[in-house]
Amino acid sequence: MSIKDQVIAIIAEQAMLEPQDVTLESTPEDLGIDSMGLVESIFAIEEAFDISIPFNANDPGASDFDISSVATIIAGIERLKAEQG
Amino acid sequence: MKRVVITGAGTINALGHNVPDTLAAMREGVCGIGPLSFRDVERLQIQIGGQVRGFDAEGRYNRQQISLYDRFTLFTLAAAREAIEQSGLTFSGELSARAGVVLGTAGGGVSTWDDNYRAVYEEGKNRVHPFVVPKLMNNAAASHVSMEWNLKGPSFTVSTACASSNHAMAQAFAMVRSGMSPAMITGGSESMLCFGGVKAWEGLRVMSRDACRPFSANRNGMVQGEGAGIFVFEEMEHARKRGAEILCEVIGFAMTSDASDIVMPSKAGAARAIAGALEDGRINRDEVGYINAHGTGTAANDKTECAAVADTFGPHADNLMISSTKSMHGHLIGGTGAVELLACIMALRDGVIAPTIGYEEPDPECALDVVPNTAREAKVSVALSNAFAFGGMNAVLALRKV
Repeated sequence: MSIKDQVIAIIAEQAMLEPQDVTLESTPEDLGIDSMGLVESIFAIEEAFDISIPFNANDPGASDFDISSVATIIAGIERLKAEQG
Repeated sequence: MKRVVITGAGTINALGHNVPDTLAAMREGVCGIGPLSFRDVERLQIQIGGQVRGFDAEGRYNRQQISLYDRFTLFTLAAAREAIEQSGLTFSGELSARAGVVLGTAGGGVSTWDDNYRAVYEEGKNRVHPFVVPKLMNNAAASHVSMEWNLKGPSFTVSTACASSNHAMAQAFAMVRSGMSPAMITGGSESMLCFGGVKAWEGLRVMSRDACRPFSANRNGMVQGEGAGIFVFEEMEHARKRGAEILCEVIGFAMTSDASDIVMPSKAGAARAIAGALEDGRINRDEVGYINAHGTGTAANDKTECAAVADTFGPHADNLMISSTKSMHGHLIGGTGAVELLACIMALRDGVIAPTIGYEEPDPECALDVVPNTAREAKVSVALSNAFAFGGMNAVLALRKV
């Protein structure tokens, strides 16, 4: 499974939706994911990709990991995986 | 002062997943204690317990709820649903604002601690699930009950080891009796049956490897159980006005502290709690027909408890019945008084006294009518429920037939 498909599967599970209902443009709010749901999604992504995401729930905008949409989350993971080598 | 009645009861424990099944098992003298089943159980010296079997969380809750609920919370929510549905109460408006939930637990989310310590220490993981803290905290169960049932009044969790749920119910009773709240959800729960939970108890060397035999001369220790008991305590007029079925009345309580030893019980502390509950409920000694004993099956508790009862009741001690249902469901630690209150309700409402099973040899130091092995029919108008905790903290409740 590609990074994109894996991320969509994780987010869909968290939002209790089918993967086809999650688009690249979807935001966490669009999908009904609240702040705790977001923290849980980040945990699931870290576990799935063996990465550490710089994310602080107190100030989600402060980190350079952009969680504003599914597409930016995927891009952030791809960058972290690339940095890992 | 208001009068307080019980209008709902719920439970899950090794004897049954609801009150009718649990009471039927108590009447039949069923033993719910058996071989434990969980990860690494083969590394334990103690391999028996009163484990809840066949409990299906997936069928009751969605994935997101399950990720937030420790097993002690799952048990609590199941028992609370049974109790509140039986009461027929719906919490909205003024009732919602004033009704709360006071529960007891000794350990809270023990298996959540256990699983996550295992992950970070044994498996070397450096990341845990985000909900570890909200899952393991001792007030998690009370909080989820408040959220599920819209209870917005005074709510908290009491932790006094093996007396936790008696202290919680005593507190809820005092709150309804004083007029502070028209209805309180109360009781307690425990789920320590995991590797770390049992290993910790093993260390004390008070656990039996084969059976819980309270008051029997050949008793050799306690056996842990798990589960929950939850009740609706309601102001009597409030219950009568809406035509609720009343299971029994709560008429008194007392709490005492031994102030002597962190594990050894004191006869004086126990006796003061029993006498205090009688005084609080204005109960004549000869009215008490049944006592649900703390009755752990340890050498120390059972003889101390019998001596305290003999001292408090004098000659009437030989006329009353005292049994320990821990012989059937095990010791639910912080939830134990709540499940045991069901035996008191059965005595008062149904006229059936739950037995002390596993009783094999009389012990001259426990020379009371312990209702050995077989349930008995008897008319009882007042029943007491004892709980005497490690740390010397005691709480006794008194109930009356309605």
